[in-house]
Parts: sequence; structure tokens; C-alpha cells
Amino acid sequence: MDLDQEKKRWDETVAKPSVEKFKERKADFLSPSGIPLPRVAVPGEFDYMQQLGFPGEYPFTRGVQPTMFRSRFWTMRQYAGFASAEESNKRYRYLLDQGQTGLSVAFDLPTQIGYDSDDPMSLGEVGKVGVSISSRRDMEVLFDQIPLDKVSTSMTINAPAAVLLAMYIAVGKKQGVESKQLRGTIQNDILKEYVARGTYIFPPKPSLRLITDIFKYCETEVPNWNTISISGYHIREAGSTAVQEVAFTIADAIAYVQAAIDSGQQVDQFASQLSFFFAAHNDFLEEIAKFRAARRIWAQIMRDRFGAKDPKSWMLRFHTQTGGSTLTAQQPENNVVRVAIQAMAAIMGGTQSLHTNSMDEALWLPTEKSVRTALRTQQIIAYESGVADTIDPMAGSYVIEYLTDEICKRAMEYITRIDDLGGALSAIEKGYMQNEIQDSAYKFQKEVESKQNVVVGVNSFQVEEKRDLERLKMDPAIEKNQVSKLAELRKNRDNAKANELMAQLDAAARGTDNLMPLLVTCMENDLTLGEVCGVLRKTWGEYQPPVWG
Amino acid sequence: MTDRKIRVLIAKPGLDGHDRGAKVIARALRDAGMEVIYTGLRQTPEMIAEAAVQENVDVIGMSILSGAHLVLVPKVIDTVRKTGLTEVGFFVGGIIPEEDVAVLKVAGVNAVYGPGTSTVTVIEDVKSFAHAA
Amino acid sequence: MKSLEVLSAAGKLALSRLISEVENETSAGRTALDECFSRSGKAHLIGVTGAPGTGKSSLVNRLAQLIRREGNQTVAIVAIDPSSPFTGGAILGDRVRMRDLSGDPGVFIRSMASRGELGGLARTTAGVVQLLDAAGYDLILIETVGAGQSEVDIARLAHTTIVVESPGMGDDIQAIKAGILEIADILVVNKADRPGIENTERALRANLELGYSHRVTGKAGHGGFTEENKVVDAEEWVPPVIKTIATEESGFPELIKAIVEHRSYLQKTGLLAQREHERLTDEFDHILRHTLVQNWKAQTSDEHVQQIMDAVYKRKRSPANAVEELTRTSN
Repeated sequence: MDLDQEKKRWDETVAKPSVEKFKERKADFLSPSGIPLPRVAVPGEFDYMQQLGFPGEYPFTRGVQPTMFRSRFWTMRQYAGFASAEESNKRYRYLLDQGQTGLSVAFDLPTQIGYDSDDPMSLGEVGKVGVSISSRRDMEVLFDQIPLDKVSTSMTINAPAAVLLAMYIAVGKKQGVESKQLRGTIQNDILKEYVARGTYIFPPKPSLRLITDIFKYCETEVPNWNTISISGYHIREAGSTAVQEVAFTIADAIAYVQAAIDSGQQVDQFASQLSFFFAAHNDFLEEIAKFRAARRIWAQIMRDRFGAKDPKSWMLRFHTQTGGSTLTAQQPENNVVRVAIQAMAAIMGGTQSLHTNSMDEALWLPTEKSVRTALRTQQIIAYESGVADTIDPMAGSYVIEYLTDEICKRAMEYITRIDDLGGALSAIEKGYMQNEIQDSAYKFQKEVESKQNVVVGVNSFQVEEKRDLERLKMDPAIEKNQVSKLAELRKNRDNAKANELMAQLDAAARGTDNLMPLLVTCMENDLTLGEVCGVLRKTWGEYQPPVWG
Repeated sequence: MTDRKIRVLIAKPGLDGHDRGAKVIARALRDAGMEVIYTGLRQTPEMIAEAAVQENVDVIGMSILSGAHLVLVPKVIDTVRKTGLTEVGFFVGGIIPEEDVAVLKVAGVNAVYGPGTSTVTVIEDVKSFAHAA
Repeated sequence: MKSLEVLSAAGKLALSRLISEVENETSAGRTALDECFSRSGKAHLIGVTGAPGTGKSSLVNRLAQLIRREGNQTVAIVAIDPSSPFTGGAILGDRVRMRDLSGDPGVFIRSMASRGELGGLARTTAGVVQLLDAAGYDLILIETVGAGQSEVDIARLAHTTIVVESPGMGDDIQAIKAGILEIADILVVNKADRPGIENTERALRANLELGYSHRVTGKAGHGGFTEENKVVDAEEWVPPVIKTIATEESGFPELIKAIVEHRSYLQKTGLLAQREHERLTDEFDHILRHTLVQNWKAQTSDEHVQQIMDAVYKRKRSPANAVEELTRTSN
């Protein structure tokens, strides 16, 4: 049977007459990344071993582990944290009680940008988008009664990641847990902060040095730690397409690998500790294909471009969060459905861990009840839907394989373009990625306004509504409490020692020694996050974003 | 040719780094023929007021997604007005709970835009704020 | 004129509002320019031009910051960005790179849209600069659009023109391609920590030598390319090539020194006055032409023009003949 000929016959004699009678909804069906979707997909040119292989084997298209969810479900990890360390600690213990299997700490913006809660820049921001952590004392409270040798902790912290990791190590020590036993992740991805998320502090050079210092330190001291979570999530949330998300994330990853190699490390020494973080959006098919494509591209790059020998170095392991920007403030209950579709795509795409958003997140910080529903969504998929019982269940779907190939191809074109621009950092400094993302975001907005893109409840199917969801109220005293706690800390610690350490830190920042051991000492002696980052700011300066417009 | 262009300052007060909304609005206003001064992230009230004076803007748009709006927005308005720029219009975009909208309006904000707002609405409003000025 | 450092906040707001009047070409704006003209002419006008991506805004930011730190001179910055030819709107984003200057009462930054002009400046930039000059700012930095195209207008307006290049902008040197090297009084290779810096620098020097070799006669000049036994007439200004890293402070003391030297060179040689005369003549010509045309249009009926033009379209009259006819008989 000649399939091409049969397809042509079907198009001409069956499909075409039908289309003349029943017009199709659109002239062109395109995925959100602009990939044309066939009316009906048929098997294409296909080399099974080269394009797919088996789970746990190169090129890992079907998954990074040989048994995937048949052994253990993905880690259900809800990103949480707000107000004070005490409040967040309560939420963590609640989530662990509810069957969550890992912690994911959200820090407030002052913490993420290295300001203490009593800094004037922190005004109005303390405890707002996450928990406020200015010192090791705060972190001790955050993990009170949570044994750090038992949980794995993911921290969304980037510019000051080294300081927060040092703090975690110090808290572990106090609990009697050795650093070698600690498990978890720091996001530590400064490039995407420059591109999309905006919580940068230092210029690229010292920022990359901090990152490679962490790689080197963790290789021996914290071997079970994911030293970086190279993030496409925020790139996507800033408005990129799925193809751009994969391409820019992997371009960033290439830059980190290169930086580590340039600092004298062997690729196989650190590569297995790299991890990734992607978004899951609404387009079910393209999203599943995206995760599979990302794994294939990374395996190829690590093996062929960087010459990594250890198969562990080729694996793209990733966390997924459902897409915050897809949530609507209108008819927020509908978000439960969106989140379920997105979570399903992430799981069928083979994620290692997952955060499901709460329905009220477009309105305010989620309440306990809405967080529970979000977690239950994952549990329903895991225990009731059956999709976790066989590996990579969408493989072999003609359209999924087609989309996987297309995303690989289009993402590689971007990566080549970025190489031509001198690599990710240079492309960022030229504003290239930012402009590409901006263009996609603007195009999407225009399409929503012209109803070319339907967003249920926003531009179609609207209702007059009065919101009756319960709202999480934050204690307005939090900022004041944090400020007085800090004042007390500064009064009671050994200030001569603190000053001496700050001088040491300044000298070390100018030198080339690994900063991690000194940072741990600083945390043990109650230097605050803002003090440490303040010294580094003074020595290294601050990042200046490129002009936009 | 006396071409009286509307000048709008788009600023991100506070520490949050999500500028997707701010940039989409800046572009939409530009495409509506306005001159948009974009100042970037982490703008203090003093920086916003200084830019508003030097650029002699008609309207100031602020984007805040961190929840710090009740602290920051009234402070910006106050600081701007103290410079003598009393006729400038203000709008705020971001995740602002309904009960806070009223508070911001009392503080002097002309309009508050939540997620899902059409840029067409913002453009029309900005024109009317500018002409009122 | 007193230093602007003491100009009150209200004074700045008034200045800013006048700038808008000038920008909008209102009669209030024209009156303001007339009234302040006698007080202008004291500031040192410094143009900064170069292709996008060379880091002009960062350079201007750092330059202003260091000038402020060094002495008690006040600085105004006029940054021009392109207007959209379709909508007339513009995004003016240069302030993003000038955060370091915020809160300094001795700095005034104004963003301008080009509003249809293609030469790198807006039509009213000279007027805005004149206002800032009259308001007492000692140095005025004028950052052009930087579209890389024939931005030579800046050289007419500024006393000292800085052309900015940076390595890795492609195989060719942008400035050479765009032909703006000739307008440079000072050449800056920014982002000097980038790979390719040597090539960029070498290409710039080679091109400079081409341009200046016929005038090479006397002894060493003002920090120009003199290392290869080439000596330069002391009276001749040879643009120095200065390497900077705008994100740090590297190269900026040299740049500031070159600006000061160029200023005193212009004064010593009488070129400053000559440039001023040329500029004022230019401006006079420009306004004269504009005014004559406006007056003539006001006095001439559109119908009459249309009649004559119809004849031109039918090739019964040449355009020159039409003008002759129209300017002879008003009405």
C-alpha cells in the first residue's frame, strides 16, 4: 500500500467534498507555536531507535527512567510560602500531612533580590509573594519539625541561591543532618532572570562564578542536590511560545555547561546534577510533544556537542508547573479544569515533579482549600486516570511524533541563531530573547482581543459575576515583626566576628576561591542575607538590563 | 504642525520582575500613537516622580503583581503630586483584589486593570485621562 | 548663569513644560526660545552616536555619572528614540539604562521621539538643547537614535561628537559602513572586554589613518594614533580611539579627558566660534526656508497652485518654471 497515494486519494475524494459542505472552523490550524496541524496525521519517515529509543536510554524521548511512574509517581510538589517563617512552616506541615512528597519554598521578593526585610527597598514587599527569610534563624523556624534528611526541598531562589543553600546547610547541621544527606534543588538560574523574571542582582560574570562555585562545591559536599533548575517556565509565562521555551532554556543550559567547563570542570562531573523546569500550558498535544522534544535535544547536545560520556549527563530531568498565565480571574472555578489538562500533559510528557496551580492564583495567594484541590488533581491523575500505568503513553501517535519532530527542528534553529549571536548571554545582552518573547506576548494579546484565540470566560462565554471565593488575608504586622526580629539578631550576635566575616567576604569576592565554604560560615555566625548580598553588591556592582523599545 | 502627543510613563514600582503586562501595554499605547517612556523594573516612588517631571508626562501607568500595591501606589501618587505635577492621570495594572480597587481610587488612581483587560480599554481610558489633564 | 543644582523642583517642572512646548512647536515654545536665546551658548554640547547594541545609553549613563562625581558641573541628557512611521507613537526606553543618575539634582534627562525625522535627531532637538543650555546645564549629552544610517545631523548640533562602536557587531565596522566615522571627534570602542576588540580597534585606526594621513605633518597630536612613527600637526585634531567598558568604569577617565581636550582645542583654534557660526547659519537658513514657505503658502491660493501643478503633470511646464510663475505672482 502506498500511503502517500492513499492519503492523496482520501484528501481529494473524501475530505475535500466534505469540507465544501461543512466548512472547517479555520482556514489554517496552527499550534500555539505556529506549527501547522494536519487534518489527519499519518505515519511519517521514522527511525524508532534514533528518534525514540527506550525509556532510560538515549535519546530519552520516552523518559529518563526505565520504569517511570510504574515504580514511583512523580514528586507532587506544591510551591508554597508566604508571610512569616512560622506561617509557612504551618502550611508545609499541612501539605506533608495531605500526602505531598516534597517541599517547594516560595520566597518573598526582598529575599529573592538579597534585601533584608528592614531594607528601605523592601517597603511593602515583605512576606507578599513568599516567605521572608533574612537569616539562618528565619530558616530554622521555616523547617521546624521538618527533618531535612527526610524531605527534599526545592527553593525558588536565583541571584542569592548560594546564600540560601549555605543557610540550608547550616540549618541541616543544627538538626544533626550532614550536608551529604540533603536532597533538593535550588533554581539558581540567573540567565532566565535577565530574560524574563527580573529578580537579578549581580552582573553576568560574578553571577556565573557563583553558579560554577555551587556546582563544584556540591559535587562533593552536597551530592544529592540539584545545583540548578534551568527554567523555561518564566520564559513561557513572559509570553513565549512552547518552541521558544524549549529553545531558550536549552540555550541557557548550554551557557551554564560551557561556563562550568571553562572554570575547569569535566562535563560528567556536574552534568547529572543539572535539572530543568518547564511550564505546562493548555495546548495538550503541543505540550506533550514539547517535553519529549526537550529530552531528545538535550541528550543530543550533551553527547555530541559536549562529549559527555556518562548517560546520566544526557538526561533532561525536569520539574513542571502548570501555567500561571493561563489562569483567569474571570470564573476562577474554570481554572481547575485548565490545571487538570495541563497536569495531564506534564505527566504524559514524563515530568519528574509537578506543581499544580490553585484556581484562585490569578486573584491572590491561594487559600489552603484551593491548594488542596490542586494537589488532589495530581492524585486523581495518579491514582484514577490510568495514564501513569504505561510509559510515554502518547508515543506512536502520528501527530505527537510529528509535533515532537517539528519542535526539535524549530528549537534547534533558534539555538543555532543564538550560537551565531555569540551564545545565550550575548543574545540576552542584545535583548534578542527578550524581544522574541515580547513579540509572541503581544501577538497573543492581539489574538485574544480579536477573538482569534478564545479564552473561555474572558473574551467568550462571559458572565456577570460576584466573586464568592474565600480570600487569604495576610497579617499586616508581618513587616514590623520581621524588622524587630532582625534588630534583635543584630544586637545579640558576635558583631566583631560578623564584621570580620564581611571583610573576608569582600576579599574572597575579589579573588577566585570557592565562596561556598565561607558563605556557610557567614550563615552560622548570623550574618543576614542582606548583609552578605550588600557586600557582594558593593564589590561586584549590579546588573543593568538592556534598553527595550 | 503642532502635534500634541500624549506622553505616558510606564513604570514598575516595587521589586517584582514580571514585565509582560507592562510591556504589552507600552506597545499598545505606542501603536495608538502615544509616546511611552518605559523606565524598567524596581522603580522607587522618587524615581517615578523624577521621571514624570523631567518627561512632563500626561499619564502614569504602574504595573504591580506582588501584592504591594496598597503600600506603593499611594506613595507614588503622593510623591508625584508633591513635585507640582498635579494634573497627571494614574492607572494601575496587576493582580488587585476588588476591595483594594476602591482604596486605590480614593488615593487618586483613575483606573485599575486586572488580568484579561483589553488593551483597547486601556488606550481609550488613557486618552481621556490625558485630555482631562 | 547660576548652576542648575540650585534650581528648585518647581523650576525643573517649568523647564520640562517649556521643553514640551518647544517639542510641540507651539507659539509659547517659540517665545521661550526667543527669550532664552541670549542666555544660551555656554554649555558644551556633546553628541553620542553609534549603531544599536553598541551600548550608547550605558555609555552616556556612566559618562554623566563620572562627570558628576568629578566636579561640580551639571549635566543634561537628551535621548532620542525613533517614532513609528505608521502610528507616530514611540517607546522611549533609554532611562532603563540611566538608573544610576536618579536622585541626582544636578542631572536632567529628557527622552525625545524623532517624530518623523530621519537624521538621528528630532526636528526640535536643537531647540530643546538650547533651553537646557539657557537653564544653565554645563554639559549636554545628546544621544541619537542610532539607526546606523547617515546620522550626521548630530555633528552640526554638537561641539564634540562621540561615535561609539563595539566588537562583535558583525564582520564590518558599523560606523564605516554607515559612513559616520568622518563626523567623529572622539571614537569609543565600548564593551572592550568582549572578544574581537583588537580587530575592531585595528579597523578603526586603519580607517582613521586613511582619513588623516594627508594631513600628517607635525608632531604628536591629542592622543591620536601616533605609535607607528606617524606624527600629526599640532593644529590638527585627530580623533583618539578610546576603549571603554560602560558597565565598569574602565576607559572613562580617558574619555572625559579627551572631551575636555577637544573643547579646549576648539576654543584655542577658534573652531568653536566657527562651528557655532556654522550652526547658527544653518539654523537661520532652516528657519528662513521654513518661514518663507509658510508665508508663501499663506498668501497663495491652493487652487492657483493646483492649476499650475496640473500643467506640470501634463508636462506643459517644468517644476522650475512653475516655481518661477508661482513666486512672481502671489495669489
